[in-house]
Amino acid sequence: MAQYLIRRLIYTFITLVGISVISWVIITQAPGSPIAITLDPKVSPKIVEQMEKNYDLDKPIYQQYFLWLKRLFTGNLYSFKDGRPVLDKIGERIWNTLLLNFVSILIIFSLAIPLGIFSARKQYTFLDNLGTFGAYLGISIPGFWLAYLLILGTVKLFGYPVLGMRSFVTEDLTSLEIVMDRLWHLMLPSIILAIGGIAALSRYTRSSMLEVIRQDYVRTAKAKGLPEETVYYKHALRNALLPIVTLFGFLIPGLIGGSIIMETVFAWPGIGRLAYQAVLARDYPVVMTINTISAVLVLIGNFIADMLYAIVDPRIRYG
Amino acid sequence: MLFIPPVLFLIILGVNLLFVSYRPPQRVNQLIMSSIGDASFLNPILAQDSASSEINSLVYNGLIKYDRNLQNFVGVLAESWKVEDGKEPRITFSLRKGVHWHDGKEFTAHDVKFTYDKIMDEKTNTVRRSDYELVKGAEVLDPYTFRVTYKQPFSPGLGTWSMGIIPKHLLEKEDINTTSFNRKPVGTGPFRFVEWVTDEKIVVEANPKYFEGKPGLDRIIYRIIPETSLSEMELLTKGIDYYGVLPHQYRRMSKVPFLKIYSQPVFSYSYLGYNLNNPLFQDKKVRQAFSHAINREELVQYVLYGFGAVISGPFPSHLWYYNPNVKPVPYDLDKARQLLSEAGWKDRDGDGILDKDGKPFRFKLITNSGNDIRRDVGVLVQRQLRELGVDVTFETYEWSIFLKNFINARHFDACILGWGLSPDPDDYMIWHSSQIEKGFNFISYRNPEADRLWEEGRKEYDVEKRKHIYWRIHELIAEDQPYTFLYMPLGLSALQRRFFLMERDEKGKEALQEIRLEKAGLMYDLVKWTVSKGIALER
Repeated sequence: MAQYLIRRLIYTFITLVGISVISWVIITQAPGSPIAITLDPKVSPKIVEQMEKNYDLDKPIYQQYFLWLKRLFTGNLYSFKDGRPVLDKIGERIWNTLLLNFVSILIIFSLAIPLGIFSARKQYTFLDNLGTFGAYLGISIPGFWLAYLLILGTVKLFGYPVLGMRSFVTEDLTSLEIVMDRLWHLMLPSIILAIGGIAALSRYTRSSMLEVIRQDYVRTAKAKGLPEETVYYKHALRNALLPIVTLFGFLIPGLIGGSIIMETVFAWPGIGRLAYQAVLARDYPVVMTINTISAVLVLIGNFIADMLYAIVDPRIRYG
Repeated sequence: MLFIPPVLFLIILGVNLLFVSYRPPQRVNQLIMSSIGDASFLNPILAQDSASSEINSLVYNGLIKYDRNLQNFVGVLAESWKVEDGKEPRITFSLRKGVHWHDGKEFTAHDVKFTYDKIMDEKTNTVRRSDYELVKGAEVLDPYTFRVTYKQPFSPGLGTWSMGIIPKHLLEKEDINTTSFNRKPVGTGPFRFVEWVTDEKIVVEANPKYFEGKPGLDRIIYRIIPETSLSEMELLTKGIDYYGVLPHQYRRMSKVPFLKIYSQPVFSYSYLGYNLNNPLFQDKKVRQAFSHAINREELVQYVLYGFGAVISGPFPSHLWYYNPNVKPVPYDLDKARQLLSEAGWKDRDGDGILDKDGKPFRFKLITNSGNDIRRDVGVLVQRQLRELGVDVTFETYEWSIFLKNFINARHFDACILGWGLSPDPDDYMIWHSSQIEKGFNFISYRNPEADRLWEEGRKEYDVEKRKHIYWRIHELIAEDQPYTFLYMPLGLSALQRRFFLMERDEKGKEALQEIRLEKAGLMYDLVKWTVSKGIALER
């Protein structure tokens, strides 16, 4: 196990270096420049040149890469856009993104698994077909479109602000009301972010459950006269959930990608929105650092999924 | 057991919905505005984006500012100033006494000098340096007198002293590019900085010691909402008070009873630029014919929903240097055909496309992608020129590719673009022939008389004389038609009706007035805005 862990860590590290080099090349070689991206006749070309020099953009690309690495690890990395330390910019937003994603994952798991089991038990009934239909709808509807509809609907229905992390005039609210307000602002984006995940995960649960309830040991359990509830929830479910655990690792990249869009739509101050704006402004230090952090998160997600697999399924041994 | 989480989820959701449906937000004496992007630097010498500039204009003051007609200047931090004309003109500013920074220290000429020095420092990452390239030197004569000397007469230079002044005592020992001051600014302006919550809001509050009196509003909040259609939602839920409306939103917004909609000309225009190095466009008659053939009224009607004005030359039509005697080229297809045939373009082979020396009239029109208005304009222009017998292919490119491969490489036939302008008419960088090689005259326009006039215009300090210079330039460019001037858009903004202007008469009596739209914009008198008292307390 320990040996596997070490090997795994080394591979992860190599992957990470590869990701960062490739993305550095792609990001810096894409057309456009962080300076004077608009046509502004008041800015002379001479000054643009001087600023390129100030930002080290005149150096060869490999030198720029190592400068980025060095500054990242010595804490001297500053954003082009507002001159602030990149790690500060990310640090103040990353918790918002993690909160949003954490709540979405919570919603996904708490809704999708019961839904999947329910569908499996009622296979081919009207409700199961409805579930199937709903799942395909959830997978195929673009999230941002649904988000707009939901915002429009709630604004028409309740007339209560939905954007951002909180309402703006909150001086005379009681603390319970503030909690409610925050919860409301958290609810919509996380539901939208969760919809795709709920749809996919409930399908996986359904098929995995269906597979398991045809097994001999389930039949045996039924045959020995156990109540149906016990058979499903104690014997079948435990085994049906095994493949679901691995899905955890695959959920994370999807959520990170989704939060870039949802954070922009809901004016949520997270790193997805920061990344999007940084790409538009060609703010290389910020884009690169967020890219690397997301890569680390995804790799950690995969790693945890693999480990969990070994823990929940005693048949699997890494060596 | 497994059905507990979904039930729990539904209960939380239900309680939450109950809460939001009974509790509408309340209002106080404050203005909430929205911005698409977060600010970058709350430091006027570094800021380039509009969000930062708007907040900086509340927190900081310049020495002078434009008056409400955008023609002359009025003093802000400078009580008066004197321009000494000559080979090396000098401007001497006499500064207002008793002005204090928000932290209590007194403002002096040393702060002005410090601001200038920081801008000129090569290590400072600012594009403002271009504005001061012709300055020879700046000196502090005494704590309340500041003098700047120019290398040569340069009248647009005066306007650059509306730049916000930054405090020397707080920034002297800091690295200006990365200092934390850029996020918690200290200025002399009517509003003091309170807080900046990243990507959410920036709050400023009234400065009770402001030298022109305490502003009428207690607070101004900038909310950052990255999507314009969502800002509309926030406006309807009263989450914001002011919002720049897009033309297509006008109809539904104008029906909202608690909103008032203002429309004002914007400092920009759109044009169809011809690459004059291309033999197709070297004949003036061809360009004039195109201008006759492009129905600009139709463009404004269909693309801007009527919220735009057709202009005849390169200046905003509501300002003093726009020559009202020059009329826009009228839409006239017959005249256009006649001009083209005079230039030798006729349909000789009967294929519906004009030709000359056996070559059909074909060219490629380009613009940047991501701008729906320009895309629509391009399609209409393509159709309208087709009626004339000109075969236009229309393509759009991603902005940076568009700039690098086409505009900066001077490798295009014709392009649709726009210019954002400043209140000063000096557009030397766009039109002078010295700017063909590396500057912004990418259509390669040359006119010796216009060149001479652009040079004269930036040397002349007298507004009346400048006016005549720019009126003549306007005539020359309208005659040459190096661009077909398409339109100047009207900016629409929606404001909640509870805001008023607080005016004091001679006896100091306060009276509320409707907010007026000035040439300098709706926000020119922002310091005097207030919420009428009766409504301010309403819940």
